[in-house]
Amino acid sequence: MPINIDVSSTDYLRFLPETLLTVFGIIVMMVEAALPAASKRTSLGVLSLIGIAAAFAANIAANESSGPAFSNMIMVDGYGTFFRAVVLVVGFLCILASLGYLEREQSQKGEYYALMLFSMVGQCILATSSDLIMVFIGLEISSIATYILAGFLRDDRRNNEAALKYFLLGSFATAFLLYGIAWIYGLIGSTNLIEIRRALDQGTQPGVLAGLAAALMFVGFAFKVSAVPFQMWAPDVYQGAAAPVSAFMSTGPKAAAFAIFFRVFLVSFRPLNARWIWLVWGCALATMIVGNFAALLQTNVKRLLGYSSIAHAGYVLVALTASSQVGVAAAMFYLAAYALMNIGAFAVISHIAQRHEQYVRIEDLAGLGRREPVTAALLAIFVFSLIGIPLTGGFFGKFYIFQAALNSHLIWLTVLGLMNSGIAAYYYLKIIVAIYMQEPGTATAQLPPPSMSLRIAIWASAIGVLFLGIFPGAVLNFANFSAAALR
Amino acid sequence: MNLLLATLLLPLIGFFVLLLTPRDSKAPFGVALLTTLVTFIASLGLIAPAAENGAQFRSAYDALWVDAPGLQIHFHVGVDGLSLWLVLLTTLLLPIAVWVSQTMITERHKSFYAFLLLFEFGIIGVFTALDLFVFYVFWEVALVPMYLMVGGWGGRRSGPAAVKFFVYTFLGSAFMLSAILYLRSQAGTFDYLEIMSRLNAGQFVLSPTQQLWIFLGFFAAFAVKVPIFPFHTWLPNAYTEAATPATFVLAAAMSKMGTYGLIRYCLTLTSAGAHRCASWVVVLAIIGIIYGALIALIQPNIKRLIAYSSVSHLGFVVLGIFSFSHQGADGAVYQMIAHGLSTGALFLLVGYLEQRRGSLEIGDFGGVATPAPGLATAFMIALLAAIGLPLLCNFIGEFLVLQGAALTRFSWAAWAAVGVILSAAYMFWMYQRTFLGKTNERTASFVDLSTRDWVPLLPLIVLMVWLGVYTQSFMPPITSATSHILDQTNMNNQYQVKLVLPAAGKLTELAHAH
Repeated sequence: MPINIDVSSTDYLRFLPETLLTVFGIIVMMVEAALPAASKRTSLGVLSLIGIAAAFAANIAANESSGPAFSNMIMVDGYGTFFRAVVLVVGFLCILASLGYLEREQSQKGEYYALMLFSMVGQCILATSSDLIMVFIGLEISSIATYILAGFLRDDRRNNEAALKYFLLGSFATAFLLYGIAWIYGLIGSTNLIEIRRALDQGTQPGVLAGLAAALMFVGFAFKVSAVPFQMWAPDVYQGAAAPVSAFMSTGPKAAAFAIFFRVFLVSFRPLNARWIWLVWGCALATMIVGNFAALLQTNVKRLLGYSSIAHAGYVLVALTASSQVGVAAAMFYLAAYALMNIGAFAVISHIAQRHEQYVRIEDLAGLGRREPVTAALLAIFVFSLIGIPLTGGFFGKFYIFQAALNSHLIWLTVLGLMNSGIAAYYYLKIIVAIYMQEPGTATAQLPPPSMSLRIAIWASAIGVLFLGIFPGAVLNFANFSAAALR
Repeated sequence: MNLLLATLLLPLIGFFVLLLTPRDSKAPFGVALLTTLVTFIASLGLIAPAAENGAQFRSAYDALWVDAPGLQIHFHVGVDGLSLWLVLLTTLLLPIAVWVSQTMITERHKSFYAFLLLFEFGIIGVFTALDLFVFYVFWEVALVPMYLMVGGWGGRRSGPAAVKFFVYTFLGSAFMLSAILYLRSQAGTFDYLEIMSRLNAGQFVLSPTQQLWIFLGFFAAFAVKVPIFPFHTWLPNAYTEAATPATFVLAAAMSKMGTYGLIRYCLTLTSAGAHRCASWVVVLAIIGIIYGALIALIQPNIKRLIAYSSVSHLGFVVLGIFSFSHQGADGAVYQMIAHGLSTGALFLLVGYLEQRRGSLEIGDFGGVATPAPGLATAFMIALLAAIGLPLLCNFIGEFLVLQGAALTRFSWAAWAAVGVILSAAYMFWMYQRTFLGKTNERTASFVDLSTRDWVPLLPLIVLMVWLGVYTQSFMPPITSATSHILDQTNMNNQYQVKLVLPAAGKLTELAHAH
């Protein structure tokens, strides 16, 4: 293949969000080295927030001149822009939630923010990549930074365990993905997503081999989105990592992984649809069931949210099974809503957990409604959104996903999925019971007021969740419009 | 300003105002009471237009809510003769609930009032929604504050009872959501009136099998909410464990959501499904009537007794609906209102008893009528209404239901009548042990009802008599609404038969040809 080095200024514009994030990441590290040892590191967090805001603006500007860049290595379209925006919002909220957290744990360090930014670079690349090589690069940048973040509190044993587990299983998954990419390249002679599609459409390739390659890549993606049977790492990692990091890992990287999962399977492998659709069908159902039923037994809130995140991945996989434009739009909407509600929930948990996260059992939430009515009410909004109660983003996303599934005649998957969400209500309600129907315990009795930044993060998430639930029109329109790109 | 929209939104506005009031003051109570009273007054304005023609939806409001490609959701509400009295019942009950919460709720008043207002918003929406999506939204919006009220106040085991209540109803509504989504995939819209007109015009057809499944989806949600035997197991716990004002709205207002849904949606949208399932639904209803009464007979706890009697009385409503007769449907709707009044009053009085005695075990009472004649009299009136004494409200409802059932199949009425007899038995037996006989040392010092206690009871008692004596004030809108619904049912059902029969005819021809 001739190497075409024809880079124009639009190419740079289309890659500007990633560039800005990288630059700010480097600046954060350099500023930290220059700062005197005793000075406060919170300013670094603020600096990275500015970086994210700049990247967000660049993202919008890039969308104005959408199209491919760097010889079709990345593709800026509405779909990519949407996921970039989700990733950036996730990063912004998580850093807000981390400011006070790191202060409390006395681990206020610049690397943390730099790693967050680098991780987001990888996720933005994933959201817009249109070449398997870029997919791999994006996934690795995102993952490596997240592995370190998972173990960021070096003196904490659970943190170390989480990081190691995440790293080993994550690398394993990447190997599968890489193997699948190699097969595809061997079969088709290209790693470009559109080229692959074209080659498969012509049908000159043996379908079985291409199907196997797709299966290998499916394994890789399924690991990243914690789909059954590759979900084992998720609860352990989300439980072990610091709460703001868990919030980040369960939303940002997951949304980006889903973005590329959908893009690869609905663009490149659509001709093989009949081969993989049943695989995804079974995977979606198993993921919902395993996630929800395992969550029923949990007593640790972070672990419970870990299993719940598996279940929610199952709902998104239902949208993939629908493999229609509505399905894609539904998944986009759902991932955005899920990001907000999950970050909100984790942020409140990080506050109640207090120093060294000593209070993370469900009963530690007891009496929060009396101690801090506002925080409790906001947590209730997140939990009701996770259950899927109307007027929250969680409900509308779920509703839209199952509507897409029914439009694609997936009646059984719809009925079973909705039953699952009914069962899920049981374990989420444990949280509500604790905060509103029990007397305050030791954890809530000595609760210090939440820091300002955390309060902003929680409020912003809650407003976002309600906005998506009450006025879903704008986001839905954009999602629908950009979902058309995936054909 | 659309009056229905005002009725609907006032509680929501009140809710937000309430959130701004200081916690430890009289302000939350004032805001809640004022809001619910103004809502009641606003809802009175709905009577005139809806009474004109009960078959049509009046005071309707229709606005585009969600506008996305392939998904238009209209915020569409309206009132017809069926929903009219249910809305008014709700708006009447809510100020009463607020009033009694003042003394019956001991802590965190502000939150309780807030949940009451949110609940009112939800339930009025349920009764007036004309779009299936909006209906579902309100259905769940009413559930959440109710769940929080049941679990947050009340007995020691109110938490688990509330969770059971929530999970049961939420699972039921998951099936309903499936049915709604499926219906939309067939009809192309969520709008109830639009679906009905497309059905009537034959623009789309639901095969009997499709209708059966959609019916079952809706039925799952409604059966849990009513509740119909055997889906009732959440009810005794929730009713007994909840604080009295919560039980009051739960029994008097919320239980009507299920029966309303049955008559509004199951009968019209899926008439073939409803007809096909009618016999076993009726059997379940009759089992519920007799079973509820028998269990009530042996309850040692007054609140639990009335909870089970509620299962029994609501069985009549279901029986009336599924008799597919005009009398049955009229009676069912009338019984919904009557049940709201009489059971509501009974639960209020139970609350007064609990306040005075600190217990509700029948064994702890005795001879209450001597120190508290007012309480005993009020209880007797509500009790007589509940068991269906002529000249009181429940009699009209139960009589019409039994008449309708008898017209369809006599044995149904015969079995259901057993429940009437049993209800007299358990009620009078409980009354005798509680209010008559010798006073014990605790009941001797009973304080009679104060003026403040009488205030919420009086409107209920007046209405119980009014509904029982002068039916004409209430019946005409109900009749025109139910006969319209039954027309739709029959028309759709016959239409289905017509569509199916030619095919069957061809088959026989083929069989003959061979």
